[in-house]
Amino acid sequence: MKRIVPKHPLAIRWFHWLNFPILTVMVWSGWMIYWANDVYRIGWGQTTLLKFFPDSFYRALHLEYRLANGMALHFVFMWLFMLNGLLYVLFTWISGQWRFLWPKPRDFRDAWFVMLHDLHLRRMPPPQDKYNGAQKIAYSAIIVMGLGSVLTGLAIYKPIQLGWLCSLLGGYTLARIFHFALTIGYCLFFLIHLLQVMRAGWSNFSSMVTGFEVASAPQAPEPPEPAPVENIES
Amino acid sequence: MKRFFISLFRKNSGLSSEELIRKKTFFAFFFFVLLIGLGAGLWIWLIHQRGDAGIQGGIPKPLRVVLNANETIFRKVFSAEHLVKTYPVSAASSRVRVNGNIGLGSDFDPAQWKLQLIRDNGDTLFIGLEDIRRLPKTEIIYNFKCIEGWSQITWWGGVRFSDFIHFYRLEKEASHGYVGMSTPDGDYYVGIDMPSAMQSQTLLCYEMNREPLPMNQGYPLRLIIPVKYGIKSIKRIGSMYFSDDRPPDYWAERGYDYYSGL
Repeated sequence: MKRIVPKHPLAIRWFHWLNFPILTVMVWSGWMIYWANDVYRIGWGQTTLLKFFPDSFYRALHLEYRLANGMALHFVFMWLFMLNGLLYVLFTWISGQWRFLWPKPRDFRDAWFVMLHDLHLRRMPPPQDKYNGAQKIAYSAIIVMGLGSVLTGLAIYKPIQLGWLCSLLGGYTLARIFHFALTIGYCLFFLIHLLQVMRAGWSNFSSMVTGFEVASAPQAPEPPEPAPVENIES
Repeated sequence: MKRFFISLFRKNSGLSSEELIRKKTFFAFFFFVLLIGLGAGLWIWLIHQRGDAGIQGGIPKPLRVVLNANETIFRKVFSAEHLVKTYPVSAASSRVRVNGNIGLGSDFDPAQWKLQLIRDNGDTLFIGLEDIRRLPKTEIIYNFKCIEGWSQITWWGGVRFSDFIHFYRLEKEASHGYVGMSTPDGDYYVGIDMPSAMQSQTLLCYEMNREPLPMNQGYPLRLIIPVKYGIKSIKRIGSMYFSDDRPPDYWAERGYDYYSGL
């Protein structure tokens, strides 16, 4: 006998799936803007390990000579990005969902164990509720990053009228670097997120669409909270 | 298959748990795919919208509506008291970036240059460089910001636009919404809202690093307007006029933000 176990509230599914195309447009149009002054690289002196970005990258994504176009898109979709993010935060706060998301001190240790488990260096994942420690940290960090993008974005959008914000973030040049670095952060988040979703399998992915997972066992009484046991296996 | 199809139209209460799970999954994915299609359709519709040419820059109408709302918001919160940060002389670059020569044709005769200022009554004032140099001089060292994304600390000297307005008794002209400026050959032109032009750091500039402006920086007279991106700091001003309608603007016609306020 199968039964439905509710997992993701409808609102969170909406915010999640709306954020994907909105953030995609923000990143894509942001790269059109960045193209006009693409000075960032990883390296030292004359040595460059990684240039942001190679010409082939711009060509492949049709980013060249589209500064005006990029700015127009960026300053329209910024409203959707901010609104969606704000509604998500309000919803998780009011509904109490934040309790599943915001990491507690022990989640940082658990996150380490999760990582070891994912890398096949540890046999058992640590016990978890809705999200494991690594997920809690990732899903909370991404919201802080979103706020960071809004603030650094505003600082470089209106560096004089919001001069206090621009100074607070280290000035115009540094705020632009932060804004860029956060975007690279989203891309890395996306890659890892995608890998983890593929690893977790269909039913996990499906629950982000349907909102529920299917349990095969009949409804059993909640097992008593296991006593905290230090993991001593290596 | 047929049983599944029928189950989609039956009440939840009459279904077995497996049927209910299948029904709910089906509808969730049905709407999911439907909404993806809707979103993609909306995007394709958006990027194929046409916009008006001219200072609307040909930007698709729906985007233009939002961008105009942005401008309304930022014009409301604009305060002339928010000054651009200034720096000591030691911070000023000696090699100032040159990033455009539109309107700086080589057939320009500096000896013949006079600023042509069109007054409300139809008169044109012809103002020579020496007349402008006699006005009180203001200097500013600030981080010049290009719309491309680079910035550079540079040192400029000239007369405050607002001092210039008061000296030539142009208060009536300055009551209009905009000032328009263009190069002597008419190839480059900008329109600037009056509150930004009258901000105390806006200069009619004739010096860079305490030297007369180089030709490629717009000799003899250029605008330096720190509260805007560099596209508004027109080089080699030939004529100036005042208007309540938006004057034409070179980069706005190419899709850039008309306001371009920082």
